[in-house]
Amino acid sequence: MTVLTERPAPAPDDDTPAAVGQLRLVVAGSVDDGKSTLVGRLLHDTKSILADQYDALEHVSRSRGADGFDLALLTDGLRAEREQGITIDVAYRYFATPRRSFVLADTPGHVQYTRNTVTGASTADAAVVLVDVRNGVSVQTRRHAAVMALLRVPHVVFAVNKMDAVDWDEARFAEVEADVRRVAERVGLEHTEVLPVSALTGEGVAAPAPGRADRPTLLSLLEQLPARRSLVAEDLRFAVQLVIRPRTEAHPDYRGLAGRVGSGTVSVGDEVVAQPSGLRSTVVAVDGPRGPQQSATAGQSVTLRLADELDVARGEVLSRPDSPAPAVRSLDGVVCWLGDAPTRPRQRVLIKAGTRVTRGMLGDLEQHWDVDEQRWQDGDAPLELNDIGRLSVQLAEPVAVDPYVEHRHTGAFLVIDPDTGVTLGAGMAGGRLGQHS
Amino acid sequence: MTTTAEPTTTTGLTPALADLEAEAIEIIREVVAEFDRPALLFSGGKDSAVLLHLARKAVWPAPLPITLLHVDTGHNLPEVLSFRDQVVADGNLRIEVARVEEWIADGRLTERPDGTRNPLQTVPLLDTIAAQRFDALLGGARRDEDRARAKERIFSVRDAFGGWDPRRQRPELWNVYNGRHAPGEHTRVFPISNWTELDVWAYIEAEDVPLPDIYYAHERDVFLRDGMLLTPGPWGGPRDGEALERRTVRYRTVGDGSCTGAVESDAADVAAVIAEITVSRLTERGATRADDRLSEAAMEDRKREGYF
Repeated sequence: MTVLTERPAPAPDDDTPAAVGQLRLVVAGSVDDGKSTLVGRLLHDTKSILADQYDALEHVSRSRGADGFDLALLTDGLRAEREQGITIDVAYRYFATPRRSFVLADTPGHVQYTRNTVTGASTADAAVVLVDVRNGVSVQTRRHAAVMALLRVPHVVFAVNKMDAVDWDEARFAEVEADVRRVAERVGLEHTEVLPVSALTGEGVAAPAPGRADRPTLLSLLEQLPARRSLVAEDLRFAVQLVIRPRTEAHPDYRGLAGRVGSGTVSVGDEVVAQPSGLRSTVVAVDGPRGPQQSATAGQSVTLRLADELDVARGEVLSRPDSPAPAVRSLDGVVCWLGDAPTRPRQRVLIKAGTRVTRGMLGDLEQHWDVDEQRWQDGDAPLELNDIGRLSVQLAEPVAVDPYVEHRHTGAFLVIDPDTGVTLGAGMAGGRLGQHS
Repeated sequence: MTTTAEPTTTTGLTPALADLEAEAIEIIREVVAEFDRPALLFSGGKDSAVLLHLARKAVWPAPLPITLLHVDTGHNLPEVLSFRDQVVADGNLRIEVARVEEWIADGRLTERPDGTRNPLQTVPLLDTIAAQRFDALLGGARRDEDRARAKERIFSVRDAFGGWDPRRQRPELWNVYNGRHAPGEHTRVFPISNWTELDVWAYIEAEDVPLPDIYYAHERDVFLRDGMLLTPGPWGGPRDGEALERRTVRYRTVGDGSCTGAVESDAADVAAVIAEITVSRLTERGATRADDRLSEAAMEDRKREGYF
């Protein structure tokens, strides 16, 4: 139970607001690590909780015999969650500081809900993984670190929480930090930060940690992390969603390829190649949401018109001829299994990669990720719900797929049940987890 | 709301809002590409007006290949209905209107003792989805509106009863959306899931999206009930002891007139509305919606029954 009294939010910095765009954040940790408290703290200290939400919270908290209010009731959305004191599903929350707006995916920590951590991490620009300073690194910490590494979340911040409970003992923090860094290295996380915080008191979150006035707080760090704009520097990948052909009186001959630029830049005059067909043409127009543009960069939804009327449809990926997306007939990759039933030998599935859906067949399982030992183990046992394994998939037709380590957008694929349409697995082509592969 | 001085090709939008716009357009295009008979829930409210604006951009210069669908409770403000009809006429769009009154008239629905028709929308909605064989429904619901909605997916597969089962939601990975469903099921899609109320208004300002006049300050006869300023209409006027007063008000949401209240406001244009919301200490549903006050899980219960 966390009881907070309202206190003023930190004053806005005087700095010029940075043009940083929105940051998509995933927060992972168990209830015991104080995740609800941390999420509540971020919302509270950025003044994102409004008066009627306070009133409703106070009313409910009081009806359950609490004084003040319980922040967990704010972050738990479903009746069963409030009744059982657990979190079942990913919840999305929104808060903003004068510098940046955030979309926060609040993911449950229970082992059986790891698929939710995968869901939250897949779209995240940054992750916050909670560690209780009193317990140090746990199995859950290792699992979260592995998932963040596997999904290649660009920045991972380990928030060592409950520092107030150990009187901000720097030696204890240093010990936990060293353990965390070993885990991070083992799973192959590149950009990690380890910060001491107390979600309960707010120190280290929005307010400086004791004795660390010159160091960034969690919030100031998150405000400064680069967002997806780094994708602009990568090779062009543009998955065609839709061919727009109005055939109206006003636009009798218009033919455009609609999609969102996954990475890189595309400009008028650029030569492009469509994969897997291999057809080539030149971009003659880039139509954006507000009319013609000279170019479009990663993240923008546009419609491209080409010089030649090619037979290019949904499912093709446009790239530059000197760095084309590879067209493959089989996938080797890492799959997080999300289905209730385990994998079956030669199981027939649908594979959705980018905007293309094709039939596929699961090949032999080669390795499992051992969460406790943090390494790959050989073996062909079926993958159960929440297992991570390495396998191959035969495809019925060629598909443009990149190695996930090179292109997060075009290297990801879904494994789908052809009968029910249910998503069975999250796949990453050619994925390597840590140095121990 | 993040402000920025970064020059962009998308004039007038901050980088954060441009990202949200691009995401919404991407989602709408997935629906147009993958479904045979998509519809767009259009109430005339601000969120559905923004959604329609985005949908037209998503397929420009092609005509919108999506039918609009409105579940009319019979308790709408006349300004909203005339706005709805104007938008349809100006845009040369198709609309299907499901009138709750027809369901009440032939006995498929029974009027509630309190006169509120918001919960009655679900049956006409599901009946119309089945009759029109709609396989995808685009809606303007946002995750910041309510804590049950905070757990909603962007692509939400529903059974024939339209029910939302939060325990059986599909994981939603990257931007690879999976709307596949069995016959008899349909998929609800929420392209502006990640927008906040302030984002919606900033977009309305930047893109000059037309809205019904009731969103801006105007004089109106209102009476106070359960802490809300209601206006007289077919849903009933003031009861004994409820005094009718003329006040300067505006609406933050539009919905069934019996349970959607106005707020006192001088905000007569978009800029003033944005300034007002920025300092408001109440959420839009908390300020104006009696239907969400029924219980702490009111929205969750309605969603489980097939409501949006």
